[in-house]
Amino acid sequence: MSTTAVAWPLLVFATWWCTACARDADGAPPQSARDPIATPSAAVALPNSIPNDAPDDGQWLRPAKDFASTRYSKLDQINTGNVARLGVAWTFSTAVNRGHEAAPLVVNNTMYVITPYPNVLYALDLATGSKKWEYRPKPKAASQGVACCDVVNRGAAYADGKIVFNTLDGNTVAVDANTGREVWRTQLADINKGETITMAPLIAKNKVLVGNSGGEMGIRGWLTALDVGTGKVAWRAYHTGPDADVLIGPRFKPYYASEQGTDLGVKSWPGDAWKIGGAGMWGWISFDPATNLIFYGTANPGPWNPDQRPGDNKWSTTIFARDVDTGEAVWAYQLSPHDLHDYDGINEQILLDLPINGQTRKVLVRPERNGYIYIIDRTNGQVLSADPYGYITSTRGVDLKTGRLIYEPSKYTKQGEVVREICPASPGMKDWQPSAFSPRTGLLYVPHQTLCEDAESVEANYIMGTPYVGMNVKMYAAPVPGGTRGEFLAWDLLKRKPAWSIREDLPVWSGTLVTAGDVAFYGTMDGWFKAVDARDGKVLWQFRTGSGIIAQPVTYRGPNNKQYVAVLSGVGGWSGAIVAGDLDPRDSSAALGFVNAMRDLPSKTQKGGMLYVFALP
Amino acid sequence: MSSRFHRLAALAAVVAVAGASAAWRAHQRPDAATPRVLRVCADPNNLPFSNARGEGFENRIAQMVAKDFDARLEYTWWSQRRGFIRNTLNAGTCDVIIGVPTSLDMVLRTQPYYRSSYVFVTRPDFGTPPRTFDDPRFARVRVGVQMIGDDGANSPPAMAFARRGIVRNVRGFMIYGNNADSLPQAPIMDAVANDSIDVAVVWGPLAGYYAGRTHAKLQLTPVSPQIELPFLPFVFDIAMGVRRRDTTLRNRLNAALERHTADVERLLDSYGIPRVTATRRSS
Repeated sequence: MSTTAVAWPLLVFATWWCTACARDADGAPPQSARDPIATPSAAVALPNSIPNDAPDDGQWLRPAKDFASTRYSKLDQINTGNVARLGVAWTFSTAVNRGHEAAPLVVNNTMYVITPYPNVLYALDLATGSKKWEYRPKPKAASQGVACCDVVNRGAAYADGKIVFNTLDGNTVAVDANTGREVWRTQLADINKGETITMAPLIAKNKVLVGNSGGEMGIRGWLTALDVGTGKVAWRAYHTGPDADVLIGPRFKPYYASEQGTDLGVKSWPGDAWKIGGAGMWGWISFDPATNLIFYGTANPGPWNPDQRPGDNKWSTTIFARDVDTGEAVWAYQLSPHDLHDYDGINEQILLDLPINGQTRKVLVRPERNGYIYIIDRTNGQVLSADPYGYITSTRGVDLKTGRLIYEPSKYTKQGEVVREICPASPGMKDWQPSAFSPRTGLLYVPHQTLCEDAESVEANYIMGTPYVGMNVKMYAAPVPGGTRGEFLAWDLLKRKPAWSIREDLPVWSGTLVTAGDVAFYGTMDGWFKAVDARDGKVLWQFRTGSGIIAQPVTYRGPNNKQYVAVLSGVGGWSGAIVAGDLDPRDSSAALGFVNAMRDLPSKTQKGGMLYVFALP
Repeated sequence: MSSRFHRLAALAAVVAVAGASAAWRAHQRPDAATPRVLRVCADPNNLPFSNARGEGFENRIAQMVAKDFDARLEYTWWSQRRGFIRNTLNAGTCDVIIGVPTSLDMVLRTQPYYRSSYVFVTRPDFGTPPRTFDDPRFARVRVGVQMIGDDGANSPPAMAFARRGIVRNVRGFMIYGNNADSLPQAPIMDAVANDSIDVAVVWGPLAGYYAGRTHAKLQLTPVSPQIELPFLPFVFDIAMGVRRRDTTLRNRLNAALERHTADVERLLDSYGIPRVTATRRSS
């Protein structure tokens, strides 16, 4: 791998601030999600400073750190000058061997770790690393057979004295953060219908927001809000079907003509295909307290084969802005209308106020699966820019007048025909693995994969006693000079181009973290946990963990006032299924074609879930 | 993977290859009291193929083979969806899958023991049953197909209609069905029986089993041609599957299937499983 440093001007980076970076940074006790959020600071970009100068509370209450989803910590004890001396403080085995994607939470001197299926919640004493208690929700074993792509869980969230998380078999569970006792449990998804839940809930105000997985199984996608106190359903917004079900009403004002009209969630599908149209929600949600809006994207339409669903297939691969109290849609923007390549639109959105053409714009930044980094006005859904952040052949760009993604017809896959070099491949330029943003550098840190795929004709398969032949998808590193399977990219949002990047041999399937010490952290699938200089990408420190890393690193202040960095190691997920699921490397179409790109992974890492906590000596 | 059964099978192979003396064989033969086990990977709720109560025809074939092997029958239950082979056969928790298409190269297959076809399912009021996807009536009638949704794939009938631009009047029924029902894939057949669609195109075993157990009169007509070019087959040979390296077990299963050809045929008849031709035998 090599580090490419691109010079950047000093003037650029200081003119930002992130809308809700320090929302929780109001002192030691964690903020209850019931409490109204403090009024945001004035929407004026202050040169050379971050307007919200409240100190970091040293905790980690939700996977994205803050409601703006920056994954930025103001802790700076660990910095570029001393990070090379980082060492292991303590470790903890999760006793689970599947893919670990979750972020540990840190609340009131306790760390909380949620595992993949069987979704065990551990509470660990920060001072000693000892287990205080564990809670086992005992999800139905059959849910393992329903999950499409390993039995992962992307994390829990803290609010109102509770740790809240989802189980693979479709329950949302709230556990008393002190005692480990179950407070409530609500069944939201039905595994009998192919629904599972793998996402981390977001708790905003007093709502726990949860979406379903299972686009491959003919589910109908939704986002549901539960009351954090009782677990009762407050509202549910479907992602296909009539406006009444999608919670589209008088407040709905989409920016583009494509999104205007009534009941598009029915009319943009053939017949009643919307009833099995997928468009779940298994990724990330952000919240803007100033406007009371949540922002999230929906998953791919089903079935995958696009010939069976002519039309835009709304509201799949769509960013929704909704009122958190009522669920009402305020605007929507469809990223990949009539998705051809499984460009599942569940990626994170980072809420920032950016200086654009002399004006401060309230934006939502979205490194999207289809290969473009979108900057969208979050007040109305207007796309301000959409720039490729990797090698793209499947589309030609985004028409900013109409908002439409422009497809490349020669990459349209048809059953029985071979189509080569579809880039990005179906996991997209970036999958679920979340980016981070530093207001100190003005850079977005994007962990992602750089894969292309060939869609070849036929292979036999068998589901529920029913034989069929399907498309055989093979993925491989994008055929560009120096091309590898993954990259850790620092993207300059104002110049709209890379600042620097680190090529990684394997897809970078971990989340990332950036701190006020100007250190960015990420992990590799062969188990290296790396600290790099946030300004130039120089690798300052790395440590080889016991398994591949596909989880989200966090940082916190310990009871001894020292700064710690924590991450789960444990390979798996879609890309790592070859190790976690013992797939056969000779079967190139296994795990939806991902195995072909990952043949060497078993020789590079082993499965096994382990928490690592690092500190300075 | 270290099943008792597998070790016995491997031992049997060594013995056969060595052509050992009877005395040696007697010495090595496992104690008659040692239970032999046939470990089967199966779906716990997928009639007519299998269920946890042993009511499917694949359960019955498994019983037949176990008896032939003088072995006890043991199941690993897992939904037959993506990951089924990975989590059962290849995880080493069981040794044989009773039904797989012979073209499935993730496993080592036995000789096929039946060949079935996708069939058009209609009520008598439809008139002459359709025989091909080019029947002009498909442009206007209500059509049901089984849908899959992943692998960039779909059921061959769904593909055939989409290829002809017949989409708007096609209703998809997810193949996974509702696993809370005892016959999860029944809704597509129910829809023809209760007149909410006019034609369904369904894999033969499900259609035949359902048609034999409903009061509705249903007509089943095999899809023709059997393969649509460039390569969209509607006919599949079904065999048993074992791990790729388990040739000994595969050979023993082949021998058992050969011994029970007539029993298997009678069993399939009793479940109403339509077969399009006599099962091919290429040994």
